Amino acid sequence: VSAPQQPLLPSDSVHTALAGLGCELSIGRDGIATVVLARELVHEALARLRDRAGFEQCTLVTAVDHLVDEAELATPRERYEVVWQLLCTTRVLGGRAERVRVRARVPESDARVASCVDLWPGAAYAERECFDMFGIRFDGHAGLKRLLMPEEYEHFPLRKDFPHEGIEPDKLYRAWDRARRETDPAVPHA
Amino acid sequence: MSPVQTFEYTPGAPPAGELADDPVHGELLRLNMGPQHPATHGVMRILLRTDGEILTGAQPHLGYLHRCAEKIGENVEWLQYLPYTDRYDYLSAMNNNLGYSMAVEALLTGLEIPRRAEMLRIICAELNRIGSHLIAYGTYGLDIGAFTPFFYAFREREWMMALFEKICGARLTYSYIRIGGVFNDAPPGWLGEVERFCDTFEQKWVEYYDLLMQNHIFVKRTADVGVISREMALDFGLTGPMLRGSGVDWDLRRDMPYSLYGEIWKAGAFKIPVARGEKGTLGDCWDRTWVRVAEMMESIKIVRWCLANIEPGPIIGDVPKVLRVPAGEAYVGIENPRGELGHYVVSDGGKVAIRVRVRGPSFVNVAVTEALMPGTLLSDSVAIVGSTDVVIGETDR
Repeated sequence: VSAPQQPLLPSDSVHTALAGLGCELSIGRDGIATVVLARELVHEALARLRDRAGFEQCTLVTAVDHLVDEAELATPRERYEVVWQLLCTTRVLGGRAERVRVRARVPESDARVASCVDLWPGAAYAERECFDMFGIRFDGHAGLKRLLMPEEYEHFPLRKDFPHEGIEPDKLYRAWDRARRETDPAVPHA
Repeated sequence: MSPVQTFEYTPGAPPAGELADDPVHGELLRLNMGPQHPATHGVMRILLRTDGEILTGAQPHLGYLHRCAEKIGENVEWLQYLPYTDRYDYLSAMNNNLGYSMAVEALLTGLEIPRRAEMLRIICAELNRIGSHLIAYGTYGLDIGAFTPFFYAFREREWMMALFEKICGARLTYSYIRIGGVFNDAPPGWLGEVERFCDTFEQKWVEYYDLLMQNHIFVKRTADVGVISREMALDFGLTGPMLRGSGVDWDLRRDMPYSLYGEIWKAGAFKIPVARGEKGTLGDCWDRTWVRVAEMMESIKIVRWCLANIEPGPIIGDVPKVLRVPAGEAYVGIENPRGELGHYVVSDGGKVAIRVRVRGPSFVNVAVTEALMPGTLLSDSVAIVGSTDVVIGETDR
């Protein structure tokens, strides 16, 4: 299953498409070309990968919460890492079609990154879910709202500091109901 | 890129009346399709906006079946997560087991998967694909008024589930494919019964094809309805039968071969059915259903190749009881009955994952209904939703 380790060749389409953009390129343990860059460059990189390298499908938009205490580290590191993964279905190189993964760090204080819905409309739901679960905002996404959790829910469940046993919406409702009854005795009991 | 009409639902407010002054059009009506609607095969709500018989917008609302599968993945050990994979796409649990196991195996070094285990994996995954497509075929007929194919399909699916019960003890949530191999060897006589299943299914398949796919009413209901162009399919990230139904020749089993599929493809055992727009426009509901029905026959051929080539041997590699996965990230996508099932796993070298992201094909495929619905007839909405073959357990996870 594991692909052999190999460096990303300079002749590779990912290399040429991203020339001069200032990013780290490598081949991951699973054999997928991996691009690590600053979050300001993400939209430019994704647009170039689509237009110049022919990655016509966006497979995955998600995030990873590393939950680091930013003050404790000697070299500061941002908390979230947003991951995009693209797929090229037309060009088959050496029997294997190509994937590329793009990763960018996003700080907790300003958790936002550019949306890629203008490039791939199918990424809209993935971005909405990422916002729903991590609270990361995607700039340029017109309908960015919660997808799986209730719209009035206040927490972001896949953050590492969200409790494992969860915060249920009906618990929130009960707390709200109790507070309402304390302030207004005229409210009838349910 | 096709325009996507979205609209906000504001409780209490009257429908937006941009067409109200036009004498041809009436008042816009908002209509909830679901959460309990037979065509959504689970609990999904689609908020439709209609102008008479014509739909002017559709907005899927997900999350009724959200069970925090990814959060659980970050809180239980690698091996313990396997039963949870059964439960997102519960119609193809074998394939889900395979996808998760392969993603973890991609991070493990020096783990050899025995050849017999790979064979048993493929036999079970393909049988499960047949069972999943039988549901898609049967219930799609049911959705648009053909009752009989449903019973025909469930008759063969029952046998398939009995086969799985014999090999792993479960009928729906198997957890049969484990990290490193499979957990139980085929019992005596099992492979022979699979062969008999293949013989019978090949005869029954002709019936299925004639009964529904060539049925005049079915063709009228599905041909030229819900057309997804090739560009739209790629833009929306569709995979599997949805993509091949739009004429894109793409199958992970051939194009990014995993397990033994590369070898099986080189042996010429199976073909990839790609829709040609036989009954109407390329990419309509009939084409998507045709791809699923045609794929069942190709799965039978793959199973037959495995039955002819399977040899005795070990069935699971050397996996420790407490698994520590080396630090790193891996993505493995496999061809599920509904499209590309991807698992993106991140490990820090511990007993528990940092992140388990499930890229479910239904989750991606359901998004296209939002763009397909506007402009179609209200009665076609059931045909369109049914043809996407979503499983809500997977869109919500």
